[in-house]
Amino acid sequence: MKVPLSWLHEYTRPDMDALALAERLAMTGTEVERVLRHGVAALDGFVVGRVLAAEQHPNADRLRVCRVDVGGEAPVQIVCGAPNVAAGQTVAVAQPGAVMPDGTRLREAKLRGEPSEGMILSERELELSAEHDGIMVLADELMPGQPLAEALTIADDVLELEITPNRPDCLAIYGVAREVHAATGAPLAPPPWTHDPGSMGPLAGVEIAVETDRCARFTARVFEDVTIGPSPAWLKARLMAAGQRPISNVVDITNYVMLLTGHPLHAFDLDRVEGGRLVVRQARAGETIDTLDGTTRELDPDTTIICDAQGPTSIAGVMGGARSEVHPGTTRVLLESATWDGPSIQRTSTRLGLRSEASARFEKGLAPEQALEAQAVATRLLIDLAGARVAPGTSDVAGPAGRWWERPPQPIRLRDLRVDGLLGTPVDRERSAAILTALGFATADADDGLDVVVPHFRRADVTREADLIEEVARIDGVDNLPATLPARRDAVGRLTESQRLRRRASDTLAGAGLHEILGWSWSPPELADRLRLGADDPRRRMIRVENPMSADQGLLRTMLVGSLLDVARRNVTRGIADVAIFEAGAVYPVARGTDPREPPPREPRHLGVLLTGAARPATWREPQPPAADFFAAKGVLELLLETLRVGWRVEAATEPFLHPGRSAAVLVREGAGDDARETRVGWLGELHPAIAADWELDRVAAFELDLDAVIAAAPGAVRYEDYTSFPEVRQDLAVVVPDDIAAGEVVRVVREAGGPLLASAEVFDVYRGEQLGEGTVSLALRLAFRSPERTLTDEDVSARRAKIEAALAQLGGSLRA
Amino acid sequence: MIDRIEELRAAGAAEVAAATSSEALEQARVRHLGRRAELPNLLRGVAELPPEQRGAVGRAANVARKALETLIERRGGELAASELDAQLARDRVDVTLPGAPALPAGGLHLLTQTQREIEDVFIGMGFNVAEGPEVEHIHYNFDALNHDAAHPARLRSDTFYVADEVVLRTHTSPMQVRAMEQQPPPIFIIVPGRVYRRDSDATHTPQFHQIEGLAVDVDITLADLRGTLLQFARAIFGDERQVRLRPHFFPFTEPSVEVDVSCFNCTDGLLADGSRCPLCKGTSWIEILGAGMVDPNVFGYVREYGYDPERIQGFAFGMGVERIAFLKHGVSDLRLFYDNDLRFLRQF
Repeated sequence: MKVPLSWLHEYTRPDMDALALAERLAMTGTEVERVLRHGVAALDGFVVGRVLAAEQHPNADRLRVCRVDVGGEAPVQIVCGAPNVAAGQTVAVAQPGAVMPDGTRLREAKLRGEPSEGMILSERELELSAEHDGIMVLADELMPGQPLAEALTIADDVLELEITPNRPDCLAIYGVAREVHAATGAPLAPPPWTHDPGSMGPLAGVEIAVETDRCARFTARVFEDVTIGPSPAWLKARLMAAGQRPISNVVDITNYVMLLTGHPLHAFDLDRVEGGRLVVRQARAGETIDTLDGTTRELDPDTTIICDAQGPTSIAGVMGGARSEVHPGTTRVLLESATWDGPSIQRTSTRLGLRSEASARFEKGLAPEQALEAQAVATRLLIDLAGARVAPGTSDVAGPAGRWWERPPQPIRLRDLRVDGLLGTPVDRERSAAILTALGFATADADDGLDVVVPHFRRADVTREADLIEEVARIDGVDNLPATLPARRDAVGRLTESQRLRRRASDTLAGAGLHEILGWSWSPPELADRLRLGADDPRRRMIRVENPMSADQGLLRTMLVGSLLDVARRNVTRGIADVAIFEAGAVYPVARGTDPREPPPREPRHLGVLLTGAARPATWREPQPPAADFFAAKGVLELLLETLRVGWRVEAATEPFLHPGRSAAVLVREGAGDDARETRVGWLGELHPAIAADWELDRVAAFELDLDAVIAAAPGAVRYEDYTSFPEVRQDLAVVVPDDIAAGEVVRVVREAGGPLLASAEVFDVYRGEQLGEGTVSLALRLAFRSPERTLTDEDVSARRAKIEAALAQLGGSLRA
Repeated sequence: MIDRIEELRAAGAAEVAAATSSEALEQARVRHLGRRAELPNLLRGVAELPPEQRGAVGRAANVARKALETLIERRGGELAASELDAQLARDRVDVTLPGAPALPAGGLHLLTQTQREIEDVFIGMGFNVAEGPEVEHIHYNFDALNHDAAHPARLRSDTFYVADEVVLRTHTSPMQVRAMEQQPPPIFIIVPGRVYRRDSDATHTPQFHQIEGLAVDVDITLADLRGTLLQFARAIFGDERQVRLRPHFFPFTEPSVEVDVSCFNCTDGLLADGSRCPLCKGTSWIEILGAGMVDPNVFGYVREYGYDPERIQGFAFGMGVERIAFLKHGVSDLRLFYDNDLRFLRQF
């Protein structure tokens, strides 16, 4: 909303400059986007002139050499290109040194050999209208040399306001004036609709019928003897400053009244309203209308229209029809001022792609009372500026809900204690009353506060006590509130165990040299195919976004590896060869059998890690570190799960996108003893080389876990285990086993046979060699035996060791010396 | 005999003093005190001497041997120290060469760091951290937050829909209602999380992060909101900061305010060189979040869980994590946060 200060000052004139006013408005709830300067920046050099002579330029057909009295001792010579310049005219002159609205500074010049000391101005050059066919001719009573600003508003500060959607009353100069009045205390002039030159009562010759509940009120007046022509300069200047292009007096008046009162109007050429009857109804499927902008538009039953005997002639509240448009020959005008249902106006304007100044106001919901306010102002202007004669009477038809706005409004109680209680500081009752009165509310004293009646133009926004408190607070100054802290009573702030462990997980990975990334939550549609997911793979069932901004954002991800690969590729193609990254974030699986019209029951948090390039940075000591492989990723996995104190293991298992010989499932152990169970929480492996190549990557090692499931397996408070009272017995053991027996299986068998006295068993060496024979591998294990109750004897240990050896033999292993 | 002992001691002492290396000293020791050396053998031969000589010779030989041993030990200590010095000199390294890192330096994403920083400030003020779903029913995202049926945020031009009544949440505010359904007052929570809007340019990404705050009890006031956000602003942007509340409009708070923090980049809108501050655009205030007192209509949706709007009241606020990170770290284009270029990630 653009508010020219000169226009605003007609209703209220606070004693402050534009910037100070903008600041005050911002601090009372009306955001000022910018303060603009409309017209010229400085008034110097713009004067009234009188053309004494205008003669043909000797060297240019289209130029005239004028002698112009600008109030100096002698007339000056000005070369002018306008076709309408003539001796005797009073004109607007810019003298050398004047700065035009576009910023150029005028200089003395020679045009085709003739000196020119200034410029005779058109309306457009002063941003007074779009008119540029000729120079502007002023009234003769002006004196040459008089400052031009005394004759025309050639400079104006314009506030560009951002009006919040609850305040359509401020999409109006008078509404803003009321707000300025309340915010600054400057007196407010009576509203421009106070004196209505029209009359109520029946209107002859036009019949109105409202057949839809989307129209609360429809009013119409008829004007005869209308003369269509240009608007006067002051009106054009105001429209220009407010950002509207002047067209002709009748159209300009409807726009002017809308800007002033906040209520849009529509003018019909009454002679083009067929049958003298207008019907307001919902459109029927298949109906069409040619709108003012020259487009044929298809209507649907959600659109409210105004019809005459020939069919649709206007789209209610959005745009008029071409058929009944006011034109240069119009002499009889039917002026419509109606109240429309906001949400349906919004739907219609969105569907048709027709967002207009009118629809922007109607869609926020206007009060039916405003319809007649607009009629009153427009009536005055049509009489004054278009020579119109207003026909007696006003057609005033209510919608099916009747004239509900005429019922007396219920007052709202504003309790003093509640004001204090909500704001945290008391506000005097008198102060509250003064603020509300300034904003147009009526107040009456009650025993514990005020009884407040809401004015019609705030009816939709202010319905409760809290809304009144906001009105008082914003004008009294929310910025004057003290800064206090809530009484915290028994509330304690802390992270939950799971939040703490999630932070720990990310910290561990960052500490291990990985960088966290944040990928998009969406997934491109081709990802499932690129990862070769099987047709039944549950990760193929993705949530579809109905209105994505681009096709590759059309689905929600069910795994993190896609965005990890994308990020790795992007970095590698930019020359960053070594990538060690992770992401911790939600995925959005669709569980089988869930209702796709409902949100998914669970959004598990996953943790994904990807390594490619060198396993560690090259240094001068190790210029060529090894490439990150399966075991590099497994090392990261180990570090992570050990840090979280989660019992875990991996077992060989395949994924369609992983190297078939270098992939595993990750399992965690939940619970203890007989209740312990293992849950599969993710995968670990090297990417299938063909899939890595599809992302233009070499060897890629990665894992992805359901972090929620991992954390669910983490123990609570860990209990202390005695390690100081009795010594540990350490022994090494080497066993040769067939190649197809996994080391993890060997350790598992050893642990089982070792029983509770075996405190730990770890593989510390792996050896393959000719002496061992084909298809076998030697594993060296480090065993530690310990009892919490006593010092172990040689017999204790050798008995356990014998059991371990027996179990290994059963597995097909043989001990090495 | 006694003279011979003295000769041997003197010869030995001279040789020990002349030894310039541990090996030479060892050779001297073997020569004078070793198994075949004369002095020890003299001592062993004492028994064969006439009894009246035994005492004097034995004593003299023993004294001589002890004296030599002491000399050798002392000399040995001197030599070891100088040899170590020489060794250390040879072991000198160029200390300016790069270290061999135990592990390369990794890091958390700047948005995660920022989010945690904010979380920790509010945890310190007694708030808990609640999290909620990103694929959300419009009941929680719009209806229960008092957005009327025509609110433009509901439009498909603004919001991602996955079904008629299911959206990608457009703010973290739906958790206000969910949290109140799960827990009676008092409630003090912040809600960090991903949110989505159909917007993409240098200052908007279709996915971004917000942190919601909600404090509800019997006596929470707008002044408490101001105090809480003042603490927050000072913790995040520096102890000298002030906050400013400007009235605004949000459907789910009443009264509503926008909150500005005093600019930490300039003095009264001007940089040291007199030019206009680009961060606050010369206004000396920077908008950081929207807030307000929870609208009674929102409590109306959770009344049965203990939230009677006549009895309880509270404040809510919502801020963008990207915006805070952008302000603190001068990231020029929000899209960089999701590009994940390691050269960007390594900077923080």
